[in-house]
Amino acid sequence: MNVFKDAGHLFRLAAVFLVGGLAFVGVRALLVPKSFGEYGHYRGNAMAEVAARPVNYAGHQACEDCHTDVLEKKKSGKHVHVNCEACHGPQEKHVDDPGSVQPAKLDTAVLCVRCHEANIAKPKGFPQVASADHSNGLACDTCHQPHSPAIDTGGTAGGTAKETTGGTK
Amino acid sequence: MNLTRRHMLILLPAAAIAWKHVLAGTPEASPNYTMSQHWWGMLMDLPKCIGCGNCVRACQAENDVPDGYFRTWVERYHVTDYDIENPHVDSPDGGKKGFPPSKEEGGKNFFVPKLCNHCADSPCTQVCPVGATFISPDGVVLVDKTYCLGCRYCVQACPYGCRFINPKTMTAEKCTLCYHRITKGLTTACCESCPTGARQLADLKNPNDPIHEFLKTHNVQVLKPYMATHSKVFYNELDGSVR
Repeated sequence: MNVFKDAGHLFRLAAVFLVGGLAFVGVRALLVPKSFGEYGHYRGNAMAEVAARPVNYAGHQACEDCHTDVLEKKKSGKHVHVNCEACHGPQEKHVDDPGSVQPAKLDTAVLCVRCHEANIAKPKGFPQVASADHSNGLACDTCHQPHSPAIDTGGTAGGTAKETTGGTK
Repeated sequence: MNLTRRHMLILLPAAAIAWKHVLAGTPEASPNYTMSQHWWGMLMDLPKCIGCGNCVRACQAENDVPDGYFRTWVERYHVTDYDIENPHVDSPDGGKKGFPPSKEEGGKNFFVPKLCNHCADSPCTQVCPVGATFISPDGVVLVDKTYCLGCRYCVQACPYGCRFINPKTMTAEKCTLCYHRITKGLTTACCESCPTGARQLADLKNPNDPIHEFLKTHNVQVLKPYMATHSKVFYNELDGSVR
């Protein structure tokens, strides 16, 4: 009595499983991206793709490489830690091609009040003004030079603006 | 059919090679950046935030965030004297155009900038059914746009409301911590444009990063610590009423 007399169909079954398994592995190898599972249950190349996005803000280091005069001027004033692009906006294109791409001229009437308009929620020590009655309609840069905003007392700048109050409370 | 030992010996190595092919990865793309040497987070120095909205505008300019959607935004809190549990919060257009004068008087008033907290145990990555969102080895929660189905599970799972579905691509979108910038040695667009230094990018694996000294010497909290998400956006002097 041979137990393995009819074992042929077992081998056929095993072969079906084997072929199926190999087909699965093969198809998976084709469909799953190569980098999937490199670091975890995700596509490893996704990080490089996110990182490939072009930069718009060049960073203050790039500005300071050329505009050393402005850097010096800023050092004497309270805006020393304000990065260039905080006011001038994204300038990567200007850094790439300084000759033909020029930064837009800025309007102090719009720009200064973004930070310095009085608001109750602003920190108490932060210099704030109610712009409507601070300058009698004069542009901010009549008195304050944005790169070093303290009023030069020796200058001829007019205007009655004096009060730089904190928030009302 | 006769599957002999000889056939098996031929087939098994072939299967092993195929499997290795599946598991194979590609090397890192940026040669000067090693992911394993960084662990990114951010510091929010709330007493410095003036609610100017520079960060929101910069984020939009840097990352093409569609109008009406925000990867970062600024909230203004008004906490009345006797009801700390129910602060009044407003954030007109995410704070992108600044804030109008407060209608309410008295109480506590302050700004809270928000963005993805890049949680070390992030709920959003755990619910993704297709492996489209993940925590990178340097601690940034990212979305793989080509894998995302737009099923919105992650949008619901984020306890901080930091995700949205991009109306153009219909895939999940969120703050990448300017991954394209920090891998090049730059800081994020929001930190670059913050005039007061209220936002500071922090590399928690860099022993020389000022964040370590700051965390030791200041009252620093994360948002919703009871969610145990291990958020990596640290708020200095965070008021208890902030949600």
